Amino acid sequence: MSLLEVRDLATSFRTSSGEVTAIEDVSFTLEKGEILGIVGESGSGKSVTALAIMGLLPRPPARILGGTINFEGQDLLKLSDRSMQRLRGPGIAMVFQEPMTSLNPVFTIGEQIMETIQAHEDLSQRARFARAVEMLDKVGIPSASARMTDYPHQLSGGQRQRVMLAMALVCRPRILIADEPTTALDVTIQAQILELLMDLRDELGMAILMITHNMGVIAETADRVMVMYAGRMVEQAPVTRLFDRPLHPYTRGLLSCVPTLDQDQDRLVAIPGSLPEPSNRPPGCRFSARCVHAIPACSQALPPLEAFEPNHQAACIRVRELG
Amino acid sequence: MPALLEAIGLKKHFDVEAGGFFRRTQSVLRAVDGVDLTIQPGETLGLVGESGCGKSTLGRLLIRLIPATAGQVVFDGQEITRLGANRLRAVRKGMQIVFQDPFGALNPRMPVEETILEPLLIHGSRRNDESRAAVAKMLDMVGLPNSARTRFPHEFSGGQRQRIGIARALILRPKLVVCDEPVSALDVSVQAQIVNLLSDLQGELGLTYLFIAHDLGVVKHISTRVAVMYLGKVVEVADKRSLYARPSHPYTRALLASVPVTHPSQRKRGAGAPLRGDIPTALAPPAGCRFHTRCPHVMPVCRIQEPAMRQAAEGHEAACHLLPTDPSV
Repeated sequence: MSLLEVRDLATSFRTSSGEVTAIEDVSFTLEKGEILGIVGESGSGKSVTALAIMGLLPRPPARILGGTINFEGQDLLKLSDRSMQRLRGPGIAMVFQEPMTSLNPVFTIGEQIMETIQAHEDLSQRARFARAVEMLDKVGIPSASARMTDYPHQLSGGQRQRVMLAMALVCRPRILIADEPTTALDVTIQAQILELLMDLRDELGMAILMITHNMGVIAETADRVMVMYAGRMVEQAPVTRLFDRPLHPYTRGLLSCVPTLDQDQDRLVAIPGSLPEPSNRPPGCRFSARCVHAIPACSQALPPLEAFEPNHQAACIRVRELG
Repeated sequence: MPALLEAIGLKKHFDVEAGGFFRRTQSVLRAVDGVDLTIQPGETLGLVGESGCGKSTLGRLLIRLIPATAGQVVFDGQEITRLGANRLRAVRKGMQIVFQDPFGALNPRMPVEETILEPLLIHGSRRNDESRAAVAKMLDMVGLPNSARTRFPHEFSGGQRQRIGIARALILRPKLVVCDEPVSALDVSVQAQIVNLLSDLQGELGLTYLFIAHDLGVVKHISTRVAVMYLGKVVEVADKRSLYARPSHPYTRALLASVPVTHPSQRKRGAGAPLRGDIPTALAPPAGCRFHTRCPHVMPVCRIQEPAMRQAAEGHEAACHLLPTDPSV
């Protein structure tokens, strides 16, 4: 049995222009110790998927339309708020893109980490302090015990993200959801944080859902990859296979439109058009309006996610023709 | 060929209040701290560096959107840091800027035609058929339909808004355009469209770009030469190929090594991140070489003496004590 199994998850949001589907037919598994990358751009539904797993979607305006989220044998969508609260931390923890807005500015980082421990474990003040210092040390905060009394504004962006990681990991979660954990950081700091995440995965044996728009972050960290576009999964494969043989035209576009350091091109291969608004998605394949390979049939029905290799699925009716 | 723009000893210091509620202290943030730079006509000079290195401030200084604390900027043969308002306006026509945030940079209450027309009106054109035709032509050049004229910024996607920003910058037919992170706020699938558009327009209109970005891949793609900034200083400047193939400054090397791999087979697990520690604050930059606190090759001299620019190869300079002082070597 997988550590986490999401089946046919669908959610919607109530907006001024009516109810809008955010994600649909999202299904994937996550194994113990595995890093699954979820790639997508704005409106792809990657963050909504993460928040649904965490039970953190504000309901209303959000609504779960259907599906199951199975974690260690229980459906998280059926759990009470209280049980969900107990699970967040030791079961599943999350770090967000913007560490400044995720930390409380009026409490010291020590207080915030110790509060997390207190919510889940019955430990003495002294033991909580020791555990918090140990965790700060593990995520690479220099002279950790002296920094316990620092406020978030006294730390740099990279250090704040390390503190967020310490807070997420202090209860030893089985799954860490990292939602664009390095997007707000500079490239030298990003390299440090990605290295740290990989080390912690090895050391603590946790699984990671790595949510990002950056194919480089995926290439550095993921074991398997799921690509999302406009609320739907369009491709899923082991990481090397995805980079070697992307099947969906959107995945191919994503891989070729970003200029890299190891190749020279006169002109970038751009994906035409722009991302559809959630309230205004095209019929049939959501990518058809921007796809250079689109034929009339593409806009008539949603393409099913089909397996082309045992572990490699794509949602495109022209995969076999395009080769 | 004379340079289109030359900066000599350019500095921008900001006074900031720091400290607690009861102990206010005045200190100086050295955002740009002595930069020499030239931009040749027709080239794209890429300017890279991490947040807080001063690259955006330098871009604004060069076209005098903000006044310099010290130093000179010579644009098209004219020193501009001390020009009066009237003379400055004439010079400004030749230098424009495209901003990062395509929403914040556009007036939400102004229809697109007015937004693009405004620079023409400021510089003496009349609101007539001729100026409107210029706007229509500009819209076409940036790939927007004519129907865009009467619409408002919120009706457009991020990429289209950036096209509007580019049209507004180019309507005066400037010689130099400062592009300040023009694609970093856009979705990756849209970035390539804007990069290609900027390249096309450069060819058609003979533009010179200063392209400021933190994305080393985009900068490599679009630039002719590249300058690397660290804590208010340019630490390396070179022809694009030379810089990416043979980076001379330890900071440039670390920056390039920090870029994520492009294929999972290139992963270097266990090698450790190329750089430890954070960027020091520009309020109190380290003495000597500003990079010495993070440099893997630091020597005693680096802590005391600031390295001057030295030649690493033809058209390739870096400020590092490891480079030989004799330029003929």
